[in-house]
Amino acid sequence: MIAPIEYILLTYLVIAAVAICAARNLLASIIIFTSFSVVVSVLWILLSSPDLAITEAAVGTGISSILFFVVLKRIRVMEEEHRQQEKQS
Amino acid sequence: MSSPRKIPAPYYRAKTPHIIGWTECRGEQAFCRLYNIIAVLACVVLVGILLATVAFLPAFGEPGNPVGNEVPARYIEQGVQETGATNVVAGMILDYRAFDTFGEVNVLLAAACAVLILLSGHPPDAFDTLLREMEEPRHDIILQKTALLLVPMIMLFGIYVVMGGHLGPGGGFSGGAIIGASLILYASTYGTRKARRFFTLSTYENVVTLCLAFYGLAKGYVFFTGANALDSHIPLGTPGNLLSSGLILPLNVAVGLMVASTMYVFFVLFSKGSDAVDVE
Amino acid sequence: MWNNILTNYYETVAILLFGIGLVTLLLHRNLVKKIIGLNIADSAVYLFLAAKGYIRGRSVPIISGGVQDTSAYINPIPTGLILTGIVISVSVTAFALALIVSLYKQYDTLNLDEMLQIANREEE
Repeated sequence: MIAPIEYILLTYLVIAAVAICAARNLLASIIIFTSFSVVVSVLWILLSSPDLAITEAAVGTGISSILFFVVLKRIRVMEEEHRQQEKQS
Repeated sequence: MSSPRKIPAPYYRAKTPHIIGWTECRGEQAFCRLYNIIAVLACVVLVGILLATVAFLPAFGEPGNPVGNEVPARYIEQGVQETGATNVVAGMILDYRAFDTFGEVNVLLAAACAVLILLSGHPPDAFDTLLREMEEPRHDIILQKTALLLVPMIMLFGIYVVMGGHLGPGGGFSGGAIIGASLILYASTYGTRKARRFFTLSTYENVVTLCLAFYGLAKGYVFFTGANALDSHIPLGTPGNLLSSGLILPLNVAVGLMVASTMYVFFVLFSKGSDAVDVE
Repeated sequence: MWNNILTNYYETVAILLFGIGLVTLLLHRNLVKKIIGLNIADSAVYLFLAAKGYIRGRSVPIISGGVQDTSAYINPIPTGLILTGIVISVSVTAFALALIVSLYKQYDTLNLDEMLQIANREEE
């Protein structure tokens, strides 16, 4: 009964994982990873474990992605600073 | 970012008096190619072996699988009488296997300590001041009013998830992460300077110490009395009520506080400079 | 023999995801990408465990209506194990990202090869 949506979501997981591996842009791969986590949390509901769904939605999708984004931003800032230093010297 | 970037000029000149020879370069390239081929081959072989194993596993979703042995049967049949929690998973991880969860909370603490040491173990340098100047948000009325509306609701939902952990889906980890997310939203709209009024590094230390000490002492008491066949005198209450299931509710609250503050500290340490959580 | 691969589609997809995560971890020279690969492999292992605990037609392991029969609920043990694992994986991610930020401060690159080159030159 719910098999078709399971097949669609599982196929999406594989495609998203390949896209993360192949993406040239780091920001794009982090965004795809966030969507990957959302789909995994829907799969926990289909596997009837709502505890996991809530935890994955809060931790995997929320906190992990925020950490990745923040680190990326910090590295961009440091890169910018370095370029300015290079220009001055 | 993934495109090969030139190594910064001053570093190059100061540390490398000579240019790398051609042979070295070619050797490195050959090594890289060999490494890639071997890595892909190893992965393919591993996946093939694992898929062959999957082909011999018992069929998915059948009731007679060997994983469904007497242990989960015991948790389901005796769980409500022994732990008082209607959520079998909560009763399992915070009562039967509470020691496991204690270790998990300690891993979280160890990770937080490592991040603290790595990102704030040095005096603030030029990067840190620049980061702090850049990251302090401008006074955006729409953003701030929306956040003012959203933060209490998210926090309320997190508190609900923590408090209802023994009755339905939820618990300390998920609820703590939701509360941490609301704190992060507040800090990223209003700036850490405002958040620092109620949350500093010393607050974090106190919260973590109190939660871990409470967890250790409470579960140590229960394990001690249980091992010596004594009565622990902790009432289990009526299963299904909010104030029931003995120690699971306070332990959930302790774990939730710990997780929420750890997630917030992670965010602050990564986004702001090194001394952003310190007292002014 | 290979019929069970299609019956156990959750496990099959979990193994494939694990392989993709491992390839990302091994092949990419970018450190942040490596950590994302590690997270994919983590999710794959959790998917495998959860699929082992699922039983068709049974409900969530939350006792309702006083029914305490084993045949009414799925296996709760994998759920508990995965709950532990998710929090551990976020701790490991945070630790690894902190290491990456420190390395970037030192070497000014995210690429592992460039980092090794600079480190080699420093030793000479």
